[in-house]
Amino acid sequence: MEHTKKHPGYTTYILVWLALLVFTSITVTIAGIDLGKYTLLIAMFIAAIKSALVINIFMHIKFEEKIFKVFIFLSGMTLLIIFILTFSDFLFR
Amino acid sequence: MNNSHEVTLENHVHRDDVGARMGMWLFLFTEVLLFGGMFLVYAVYRFQNQEQFKLAALELNTGIGTLNTIILLTSSLTVALSIAAIQNKNKFLSIVFLNSTLLLALMFMVNKYFEWSTKFAHGIYPGSKELLEKPNGQILFYGLYYVMTGLHGLHVLIGMIILYIIKRQIKKDIITPDKYVKLENSGLYWHLVDLIWIFLFPLFYLIQ
Repeated sequence: MEHTKKHPGYTTYILVWLALLVFTSITVTIAGIDLGKYTLLIAMFIAAIKSALVINIFMHIKFEEKIFKVFIFLSGMTLLIIFILTFSDFLFR
Repeated sequence: MNNSHEVTLENHVHRDDVGARMGMWLFLFTEVLLFGGMFLVYAVYRFQNQEQFKLAALELNTGIGTLNTIILLTSSLTVALSIAAIQNKNKFLSIVFLNSTLLLALMFMVNKYFEWSTKFAHGIYPGSKELLEKPNGQILFYGLYYVMTGLHGLHVLIGMIILYIIKRQIKKDIITPDKYVKLENSGLYWHLVDLIWIFLFPLFYLIQ
């Protein structure tokens, strides 16, 4: 088969799922505390960690060839550039 | 390079699973840009209307949002487990896990239905008289809420149809432990739907 690296088993997936549930409860709990401007930042940070878990393990990117990681990096950067350009236009108009 | 050469020698089947998955990822990037554009609109309008966004978000049901987050995360797990099962040559378990995913997806949509119909009953839907009387920022919030969670819900429905077809193909041995890239790619689609929700949830339900 073309799968060069070994795939994770049931246990790994269940552990990742538990971690995702823990992060969900953290983000819900934190939302209840007033942290002012940091609330959004923390929420997005936790969402990013959850995404990394889903992409790497559930979507097998950790076990895929390097080119997949390059693709994801490039599409992420494209999105980031679009956000930065829009906000620089919007803020300094 | 070395690897693909060996594959052609071993079995004379013309097929490229890595290429198939790469194609799926390229499609997923177009989906990311589709939703990315909406997240961009959300970001700018939220920045402009911070107080109104907070007020409008208070009316969303955090409990139902959290429940749907847990449901969707679990459905992602069962898809991943279904792939692991077919890799372990366990056809029966693979189908059981896919059925669980379909059931969870249905639960998600039922919750969505109750959530939206409650909002509709309170007169909050795009273009409604009660919504149009609210400040501009709140109209924008609910417009984005309906479009973004609506498009996401549409993706859940499409994902359910795809996973149902995949389940039938496993049953009929069209998808087998040696040839399951279709299941993998459908799984990727389902995980993307989960990923988008991971961002939608705090942005709409958890603004304080």
